[in-house]
Amino acid sequence: MADEYEVPELPTYIEIPDINEGIMDGEGPFKSSEEFQAPLGFPGEKVENWKEKAIDKMADLKSKYRSVQVFLDMCVKCGACTDKCHYFLGTSDPKNMPVARQDLFRSVYRRYFTFSGKYFPKLVGAKELDDEMLDDWYNYYHQCSQCRRCSVFCPYGIDTAEISMAAREVLDVVGVGQKYCNQILGKAVTVGNNLGLPEPALRDTLVDLEEEVEEDTGVPIKYPLDQKGSEILLVTPSADFFAEPHIDGLIGYGKVFHQDGVTWTLSSYASEAANFGMFIGSYDVMRKAALRIRKAALDLEVSRIIVGECGHAWRVAYSFWNTLSGVGSGASDEFALKLQNQLDSRYPQPQHIIEYTYNLIQEGKIEFDKSENDHRTVTFHDSCNVARATNMGGIPNGQFILPREVIKSVCNNYVDMERGTIMESTFCCGGGGGLLTDDLMEIRIKGAMPRMQALKEVEKSDGVDTLAAICAICKSQFTKVLPKFDFDPYMIVSVHQLVSDAIVLEKPEGSDSEVEESTEVTEE
Amino acid sequence: MTGISIFFTVLFYLASIVFIVGMARKIYQYWVTPAPLKIPTAPTPLTKTGVYMRMAREVTLFESLFKSNKWTWLFGWMFHIGLFLVLIRHIRYFWPGEIPEIFLLTQPFKYAAFAMVIGLVGLIGRRIFVERVRYISAPSDYLMLLMLLIIGVSGVVMTFTTNHTDVVMVKDFASGLITFNWADMPTEIQWVIHLLMVIVLIAIFPISKLLHVPGIFFSPTRNQVDDARRRRHISPWALEQEANNDEKLGQTLGKDNN
Repeated sequence: MADEYEVPELPTYIEIPDINEGIMDGEGPFKSSEEFQAPLGFPGEKVENWKEKAIDKMADLKSKYRSVQVFLDMCVKCGACTDKCHYFLGTSDPKNMPVARQDLFRSVYRRYFTFSGKYFPKLVGAKELDDEMLDDWYNYYHQCSQCRRCSVFCPYGIDTAEISMAAREVLDVVGVGQKYCNQILGKAVTVGNNLGLPEPALRDTLVDLEEEVEEDTGVPIKYPLDQKGSEILLVTPSADFFAEPHIDGLIGYGKVFHQDGVTWTLSSYASEAANFGMFIGSYDVMRKAALRIRKAALDLEVSRIIVGECGHAWRVAYSFWNTLSGVGSGASDEFALKLQNQLDSRYPQPQHIIEYTYNLIQEGKIEFDKSENDHRTVTFHDSCNVARATNMGGIPNGQFILPREVIKSVCNNYVDMERGTIMESTFCCGGGGGLLTDDLMEIRIKGAMPRMQALKEVEKSDGVDTLAAICAICKSQFTKVLPKFDFDPYMIVSVHQLVSDAIVLEKPEGSDSEVEESTEVTEE
Repeated sequence: MTGISIFFTVLFYLASIVFIVGMARKIYQYWVTPAPLKIPTAPTPLTKTGVYMRMAREVTLFESLFKSNKWTWLFGWMFHIGLFLVLIRHIRYFWPGEIPEIFLLTQPFKYAAFAMVIGLVGLIGRRIFVERVRYISAPSDYLMLLMLLIIGVSGVVMTFTTNHTDVVMVKDFASGLITFNWADMPTEIQWVIHLLMVIVLIAIFPISKLLHVPGIFFSPTRNQVDDARRRRHISPWALEQEANNDEKLGQTLGKDNN
């Protein structure tokens, strides 16, 4: 099905397209049904009095979120954001310009909540909320990956992600939910991870992994599950448990923990770092998912919480966990203190696996044989939510510095893509924010164009053949879209796969002295 | 007093009331609406000082806009800085009696009117000729610029051409508005238009996109300190929900809360 779509050509530099109205008009992604809506507390189908409910929800949201209220009021339509969205650049549909995407919501806000919109709708572009408008919401708010690139360039910092989250929440409340997100959320808040992987399956997977890694390295590296009293609880995206290239990252985390000699564990109850509650804009659902991690941390009596490579997860963990569930520090209320007293205050809570590895490198606790990665020329894709909504290391721009430093510590050939496409200006992979589903393949391919373009340039100029990322969504998305743009789908790797390949492991005594090559599962 | 003077005096007060009440209500609304989550956008300041610096750069230099689009930045910044300087120079008209000497230094600010007008023409041009910007523009977006342009041009006409108006009379009228010591105003068309447009602008301030002026200071992506891990940031409604919801969440998930 995906092959039917026209794949954009990769130009040598990105031109701002002329607008093509309605080119991405459509039904949007598959709609959710009763089965997936109900567990989250949303109606199963479009409710009778949907309009009324939608307006009420808008009023509710704008009274709860300063971002929504202020952003709806203050846009001056300067046009600064119009050429910043990868989905606009890839599709040329004007409703994919951030301001136009917001205006779908803003025009309704103006009609029902502002003086000028109530009495002079034509003058200020205020519009009725009708079926057509709701369809547009559904379609175009699912062509936004909530990557926040527009917000960097807006003179007022207006963040389309906030509006798109609000719109999706309104849609859910009137019974027009997205199947992909809500189905996954159902699994996450009942089973504990997005894949619906139950404890026994997870345990089997980890046992197999241990065997595999020992076979490859000759070192008995453990991937523990539910080990009470461990020092570290690792919360990682569930993709890390089963799929390439993700699992090579998990192997890497294990090796790093092993070398550091700490005790660590995964939790079967909270076996998911990703929190799709953010995608659908629901504070309650997001909190529900976050509370599982809190409970796991309390039950397992860990003193540190470390998050694996996952972009939106790191945003929720770094920016929201302290608020939602008290994972962090500086609380004065009972709820959060219960956990914060247990956690080791010498470390930031939560900590990113990159921060952890970076610190070990700084302390000289792990060694690398960089030549293991000599066959690669690596570039790093800044995952949008890590880049624009989090920090690492507690230093300004640490989220850009630390991953690059880790990569440079483990390989000799590193090149950055063009400055305007990385760091705070990074282009989203095209699959974030709840879009990583086959029914949205067209927008995923087109939205990947700007990133692919920058990658193509460093491939030509520096022979880059490896794209490293620290986000499960980026990794899955790139695996799918890279071949569409004539790249090797296996060129996408976890940063901790690079770490894994280069790390020098201490062999247990009596083991074979012959050094075995660590496997290159993704090569050939 | 002449009829027209009375009319504009009343209009001015009406507009001022709308402005003050409207702005107070909006600012109050922004103030009391919580930002429940930490959402600063990169490059984020890690300290409060950093936030003040960032905000200062945004409102004086338009830092983000500069990153985004050099033409829009150039025209937008010229217009705003021009308007700002011209406004400072206007204090002399509202100041009752002799102005303090310091204001004589603002005399050259009159040339800023040209920056303002050039900036506005540029912005209008962009809105008309750049397809993307045209697509997102409502009639009010053009009218707003047009109104400001009329204000600027009528001001320039009165200052730099022979179509002067009676400045002493203007001063008596303007300072009279402040001191409730009402006086007649001139009746030249360029002055009447200038005044009318300014009054309209004041009146629509709290019900239009001009809310970007107070709004930016409340923008969570720009005014938050990036310290989520170090400090628990929580909104009053979330705290309340935390207390009320725990039970409900527990029921849904069975074993979620202990």
